Amino acid sequence: MKVRIKFAKTGAMKFIGHLDVMRYFQKAIRRAGLDAAYSEGYSPHMIMSFAAPLGVGLTSQGEYFDLVLNSATTSEDMIQRLNGAMAEGIQVLSLVQVEDGKASKAMSLVAAADYFVTFREGKEPCADWESRIADYYAQERIPIVKKTKRSEMEVDIKPMIQEMRIYNHGVFLRLATGSANNLKPELVMEGFGTFVGQSLEPFAVQTERLETYAEQEGSLIPLADLGEIIG
Amino acid sequence: MRRLALSDEVLMTVEKPARYIGNEINSVMKDKEKIDIRFAMCFPDVYEISMSHLGLQIIYDMLNTRDDIWCERVFSPWTDLDGVMRRDQIPLFALESQDPIKEFDFLGITIQYEMCYTNILQILDLSQIPLHAKDRGENDPLVIGGGPCTYNPEPLADFFDLFYIGEGETQMLPLMDAYKANKARGGSREDFLVMAANIPGIYVPRFYEVSYKEDGTLASFVPTREDIPAKIQKQVQMDVTNTYYPMKPIVPFIKVTQDRVTLEIQRGCIRGCRFCQAGMLYRPTRERDVNELKRWAKSMLESTGQEEISLSSLSSSDYSQLGELLTYLIEEFQDKKVNISLPSLRIDAFSLDIMSKVQDIKKSSLTFAPEAGSQRLRDVINKGLTEEVILEGAGTAFEGGWSKVKLYFMLGLPTETEEDQKGIAHLAEAIAERYYEIPKEQRNGKCQITVSTSFFVPKPFTPFQWATMFPKEEYLSRAKTVKNEIRSQLNQKSIKYNWHEADVTVLEGILARGDRRLCAVIEDVYKKGAIFDAWNEYFHPDEWQKSFAACSVDPDFYIMRERSTEELLPWDFIDMGVTKQFLIREWETARKEVVTPNCREKCSGCGAAKFKGGVCVEGKN
Ligand code: SF4
Repeated sequence: MKVRIKFAKTGAMKFIGHLDVMRYFQKAIRRAGLDAAYSEGYSPHMIMSFAAPLGVGLTSQGEYFDLVLNSATTSEDMIQRLNGAMAEGIQVLSLVQVEDGKASKAMSLVAAADYFVTFREGKEPCADWESRIADYYAQERIPIVKKTKRSEMEVDIKPMIQEMRIYNHGVFLRLATGSANNLKPELVMEGFGTFVGQSLEPFAVQTERLETYAEQEGSLIPLADLGEIIG
Repeated sequence: MRRLALSDEVLMTVEKPARYIGNEINSVMKDKEKIDIRFAMCFPDVYEISMSHLGLQIIYDMLNTRDDIWCERVFSPWTDLDGVMRRDQIPLFALESQDPIKEFDFLGITIQYEMCYTNILQILDLSQIPLHAKDRGENDPLVIGGGPCTYNPEPLADFFDLFYIGEGETQMLPLMDAYKANKARGGSREDFLVMAANIPGIYVPRFYEVSYKEDGTLASFVPTREDIPAKIQKQVQMDVTNTYYPMKPIVPFIKVTQDRVTLEIQRGCIRGCRFCQAGMLYRPTRERDVNELKRWAKSMLESTGQEEISLSSLSSSDYSQLGELLTYLIEEFQDKKVNISLPSLRIDAFSLDIMSKVQDIKKSSLTFAPEAGSQRLRDVINKGLTEEVILEGAGTAFEGGWSKVKLYFMLGLPTETEEDQKGIAHLAEAIAERYYEIPKEQRNGKCQITVSTSFFVPKPFTPFQWATMFPKEEYLSRAKTVKNEIRSQLNQKSIKYNWHEADVTVLEGILARGDRRLCAVIEDVYKKGAIFDAWNEYFHPDEWQKSFAACSVDPDFYIMRERSTEELLPWDFIDMGVTKQFLIREWETARKEVVTPNCREKCSGCGAAKFKGGVCVEGKN
């Protein structure tokens, strides 16, 4: 059976990279005594799939991974056991059973994610930045120069920004995420800096991912809502 | 939530920020208001190396069992962060509380290899603690050194307030109690050091005075006060079963060198190889109880969630309950997908059977450490492994499907000749030939033999502590002899050869048998920018040469001469248990090419029996 686990990553844990978070959970699941299934062979490993890797430095309230279990107790019990095995800064928020099979893999389902971005004190690009956000988003096209190792390419990121607005002295963003289209919040904010004529200082923003979504029949659904609580 | 010592900006710019944030599973947090002693335990190398060290975790666990002590960790900031900390004057901090080290009562540094000496100065300097013990005041932490290099602490004498000579389990807590008592009494730093110097195993360098003869050798080494002992008794934890061992080792977030739990099955080694310092230092061999080890293995795996366990000891095949232990580990944990990583075992039917259960034969390799290429030289070094035994073991393994072999040797051993060097190539060839005796259809492609040589460095408290070393060019020419001889073997295509750098060997040799006059050199080279000498990319032998010259210290004095057994050695003030007479006897026997039986075959009266336990009393109770 496959379960989907939602967790938050905060505090110092934001400095732990994606691969290390995977390793961390493999050990945590063993400490918690969950009956995880393993692959065959000389170096068996847990069958787990993470939804959307989070960059180092970002915190999150909506991280997901799927895990194959041989047997399960209840969602409540397993959440409790996992949280008993966590380091400060990582908290398991939900655990639901999801359909087996490749098509329902967390990673391939991801369509969008919400972010909340704040400027670190003194690193705002201009005094009236809050009022300029709407202007930035109102543009017909938002061209950004995307640098890869080999080339520089201009892309229009506007279609990938599904929402952008001021919220609580920060910026709320809903961005296309996943294998088809993927837009990083940093890029949106860099574009904003250029737009107001003030390129951002390094580490000007602190970003938190709030939720990760799948798309179903045209609407976005949090990944956890695609499963059932094990009662 | 904890406040981190480094800002987000700094952490986001350095490589692997996880090295500096603490917060790992099983790391210990306490309320500093309720603590009497704050102890910073340091391994002076980068996080991934430091966290792989068992001794550090044992002391960490032991000190933290006490409610009045909080032991935290501190490691060498990598060169990127080092630069930032110097630029911004950020004081070095402990991983747990993120508080500056300079606020601690103790800074304990485990000294595992000579090439970390400049890193020790880096730690002190970044902590904003005066480099010289004599310049420290009442509010500075007491800097205490421990670990194998403290069996000759003299090259570091100026930088440490005290050294702990021996295994940490016995006197660390009494030392902490003395500190508390002195503090309660309102005693000074000096008062405490006098108290400490009277605790067995504690060496306070400032209370000893050294004088030299005209030829540069030691004339005398004496205490400066009457209330200070002249000899330091090395500490040994005789009961290795009912003692401290971390049931909850720390689980790093990032991949470290030893990414697994470690089960130390015994201390010491019965073999008595004459080049091996650990083999002499940790006498007598003491086994841990097998039932207790089983329980420890289970607790550690459960508390960490680690996927791998490895056994640790100097010679695991000599552990008398090895079969029982391994059978238990395989039966109990293989289903739970725990990897059992085997220490290098003597290759025989038993170990091959075990290996075939826990490893992929096609991928795993057989390891032999003959250390010397000829039987003659193996007799000199007292390495009991014969060519016959190697070929037999390898043959059985090849027939069982193995095809990879690793061979370890040393070059530059006392009495070594060109024939001995070439013998390395011949032994590798003989193994290859044994492989190709197997009919083509039955064997598993070509065999791969990897020969590695390191250069021998004589260490204190070994029978070879009097031996000479050689110039760098000589080492390299010996490696070349081996290389050419391998290239002229019939099966040379199946043999790969690796050798070590010689610059490191030479410096390691100088520091290993050095004296107090080297303190100035280490400080000088550190001030010129040397750190991370153990890392090839940061090791600059030329800078060291310049510092030797600047301090008017002749490096050759320490390595390019055979010492007389009459000479007063800088480490002679330590009572090791193993006596100097025994070492002299072994040094003479070595040169007669005569082997000494191991402790189980026959006691050779090395002196360690005075600790009244372990192998010295086995079967005699
Ligand atoms: S006293 Fe004898 S048995 Fe004990 S360690 Fe020494 S040689 Fe071995």
